Amino acid sequence: MVIAMTDLAIKAEGLRRTYRSRNGWLKPSWRHTEAVRGISLEIERGELFGLLGPNGAGKTTTIKMLTTLLLPTSGSARVAGFDVVQDTREVRKRVGYVFGGDRGLYDRLSGLDNLRYFAELYAVPAREQRTRIAELLELVGLTGREREKVEGYSRGMRQRLHLARGLLHRPEVLFLDEPSIGVDPVGARELRRTVADLASSGTTVLLTTHYMAEAEELCGRIAVIADGAIQQIGTAEELKHRTDGRRVLTAEVFGASEADLDRIRLLPSVHGVTVEDRGLSQIVTVQSAVGTDIEPQVREALTGIRVGRIDKREPSLEDAYIAIVTGVDRDADERTGGTAGVPG
Amino acid sequence: MDTIRLLGTGVLLHAKQMSRSPLEIVISLVDPLVYATLAVYLFRAGDEPHAVIEAAIGAGMMAVWVSVLFGSGGAIQKQRFQGTLELLMLAPRRPVVCFLPITIATAVVGVYGLLATLLWGVVVFGMPLDIADPAAFVIAVVGVVASLGMMGLLLASLFIMLPNANALANTLSYPIWMLSGMLLSLSVLPGWTTPLSNALPTTWGARAVREAAEGGAVWPSLAAAVGLGLLCLAIGAVAMTRMERRARVAATLSLA
Repeated sequence: MVIAMTDLAIKAEGLRRTYRSRNGWLKPSWRHTEAVRGISLEIERGELFGLLGPNGAGKTTTIKMLTTLLLPTSGSARVAGFDVVQDTREVRKRVGYVFGGDRGLYDRLSGLDNLRYFAELYAVPAREQRTRIAELLELVGLTGREREKVEGYSRGMRQRLHLARGLLHRPEVLFLDEPSIGVDPVGARELRRTVADLASSGTTVLLTTHYMAEAEELCGRIAVIADGAIQQIGTAEELKHRTDGRRVLTAEVFGASEADLDRIRLLPSVHGVTVEDRGLSQIVTVQSAVGTDIEPQVREALTGIRVGRIDKREPSLEDAYIAIVTGVDRDADERTGGTAGVPG
Repeated sequence: MDTIRLLGTGVLLHAKQMSRSPLEIVISLVDPLVYATLAVYLFRAGDEPHAVIEAAIGAGMMAVWVSVLFGSGGAIQKQRFQGTLELLMLAPRRPVVCFLPITIATAVVGVYGLLATLLWGVVVFGMPLDIADPAAFVIAVVGVVASLGMMGLLLASLFIMLPNANALANTLSYPIWMLSGMLLSLSVLPGWTTPLSNALPTTWGARAVREAAEGGAVWPSLAAAVGLGLLCLAIGAVAMTRMERRARVAATLSLA
């Protein structure tokens, strides 16, 4: 799909970012880490675009380059039509940046004081400030709580205040970096509804998240980023094609070792195995070729291990994501000569 | 106009944020008592009542300097720790405009130390509080706040480039107290220190406040304090812009 430049909110070409860290003082040695390896991306105006990837994949680094907080090592990017390196201030006038977590607010001030301060910083005209702040407090459901100190806010309230702060200057492009992290399910649902409303009113949103359901529900298109590069891009349905011809088996097990999991990985029709620790138990997810009943072989591979409930189902977006990401990990390990690692 | 509004709102809210810190509250209660005690006993209140007010103002100015030194010196680090540094940098403003309210706020908080020192002197030690020209005193204090706030910006921009800025801040409190004539009279210092003293906004600021209290030519000293402060502001503004660029290259705006 070719999109005219004027319709693009974000256009990145070959963005790369290398971090340099020094070890030692007398004889310093420099370590270079390539966090982003040539990302190219086009996002239309008004689009709600998702960026999915494991920790350390390069999502936040990409966002920071697009918001001008980091200079790219090479490559170029334009946001709202302006170059992120040359036209820094023009880009900053047009973007909002909201990140998840507890930080980024003045805790000993009230929510209202925080918004007043950021309204001044982001040059919201004085005559508009009062109505704009009231409007945003209403939008994020903090009306009536705005005079309380932020240090007494719950995680969800803080996150909503962050969102209001990011929207004060009516940004054309809103970057949301894991905004629902640590927010309870009800709060997360309200946040999703607000984000969806923003996109429908014409704001371009770039969202990073770990929650597949959130990405699937909100995002028109999703890019899966791993190992510093975009591995796949498309709608949630298109990404799911990655798992065409596969079935998924999940097994609750107790005390499976890496050697037990390796036995499953070596089974002929298995495409991928992941494990999630849940305290005493582990949930093992096995992707296998459709038409093969893998259950007896899995049970045999886990002989001697206590196995609980076993379910079989069609692959989800999460399975597609895991298939993409584990494929990258395996390739990366083969490149570096290590053993195949599978994220938990 | 926008910038003036930002400076005003920023100073007010940062002063509010700083003065609500439990640590700040304890320091603000205890330090001025120590300074007032120093002032009274160093200058022997009973024999030289006039010298006591001079000493108390000097001691109060020590409190202002400590607030600026530690508050401004650590301003960027504190913002980084709070996660607000990136948001300040992301504002479509010059970095100097984003940070000046913070450093001025540290001087505003320091004025509390000055006033509390005087108050402790009066309440605990019965020090006579005779201010020769109250209006000039208020103007001089406002000028000193602006001047030291601008000096604080220079400190903030320089300290951010030093990994052990806190250690350096500790070593800078006594020398500036002495070189600025806060802790003792400049006449007792060796001659070679005079140019250093004259180059410091703190020297002229302390002198202006003292002259307003005792009766003297306030305005030349105040003008020198503000002028030197503006020089610090100009250097600090350039350093801040360079710092921002360096931070975007080195990825040091956030903790993560």
